[in-house]
Amino acid sequence: MSRGIRLGIFAVGALGLALVLAWGVAGLPDFGHYPGPYGTVLNRVAVPERHASNVVAAVVFDYRGFDTLGEELILLAAVLGVALLLRSGKESKEERQPMASEAVRAVTARLVPVAFLFGLYTITFGPVTPGGGFQGGVLVGLSLVLLYLGVDLAAFRAVTPTPVVDLLEGGAAAAFVGMGLGSLAAGMAFLQNFLPLDKIGILTSPGSINLLNWAAGIEVASAFVLLFVELLNYLEAPE
Amino acid sequence: MTVAPYVLAVWLLLVGLYGVVTSRNLIHLTICVAICQSASYVFLLAVGYRTGGTAPIFKGIPLGKRAVDPVVQALTLTDVVVSVTVLGLLLALALKAHERNGTLDPQELSEVHG
Repeated sequence: MSRGIRLGIFAVGALGLALVLAWGVAGLPDFGHYPGPYGTVLNRVAVPERHASNVVAAVVFDYRGFDTLGEELILLAAVLGVALLLRSGKESKEERQPMASEAVRAVTARLVPVAFLFGLYTITFGPVTPGGGFQGGVLVGLSLVLLYLGVDLAAFRAVTPTPVVDLLEGGAAAAFVGMGLGSLAAGMAFLQNFLPLDKIGILTSPGSINLLNWAAGIEVASAFVLLFVELLNYLEAPE
Repeated sequence: MTVAPYVLAVWLLLVGLYGVVTSRNLIHLTICVAICQSASYVFLLAVGYRTGGTAPIFKGIPLGKRAVDPVVQALTLTDVVVSVTVLGLLLALALKAHERNGTLDPQELSEVHG
């Protein structure tokens, strides 16, 4: 198909799509005047009911926990796909250094522990204050990747042995599913809380949300490390 | 201009699609897909915004204070993270395409059969 025909078809399709979207936007509530009852009700009841002062975390790990399970499985499937496509079993023996200036390396090496700790904090206190397993998991995973940039490949590989990261990735996903099925087997709703609730605003307050939060955090952190490892191994692999 | 955020979301989607259609490089195409996806984040957060609302985190602020919708925030937050791993998968596919065909240009790939 020539470039001209392709652009012509796109122009017609995009115009149609733009018109339909404009029609849809015209029917939306004015910006800043969200009328939906679901979020309003949750903002009222989530804290007394789930003892999680971060209502977003309560939505992610409780009210819409099933939806989060789907997201987690997309994450797992994407990482599995990358591993299936790129993993060859060959690891580069020569430790090529990343191209980074001395200044970048000096700052980055010192940032690794700070970023790692901040990631753990973000996961741990997610259900209480802003944060959670998804955000903190990214921080933890990428702080380990910073080891490669700031120190060297050997240090990164020593901290993230692939079999262990594989196990954490799969294990965390299995734990999330297992907690859902476990609560079903116990006669409760899928992913329903099974731990005692504590005083609102402290770490142990939201019961089993904490466990799901950690499962998500570990899964996300492992996923980011694995993505980086697979791409690195592929690009550095001996021919 | 109360529709500006929605217009931005629609514009991002259309610009991303234009990039996908005209792209001459699979890595560039991956970024275009990411831009299309960003449109959904802008849209979700715009729909859930309430004028003067705080973040829906009731630590240190009284329950019942006007806050933005927590549901769209939860949807966006999980998807921002998940989309990065999906982009990783797309990049892996681009690497494999380059390995097999020696090119990243999708318009040349379409001429390769089998």
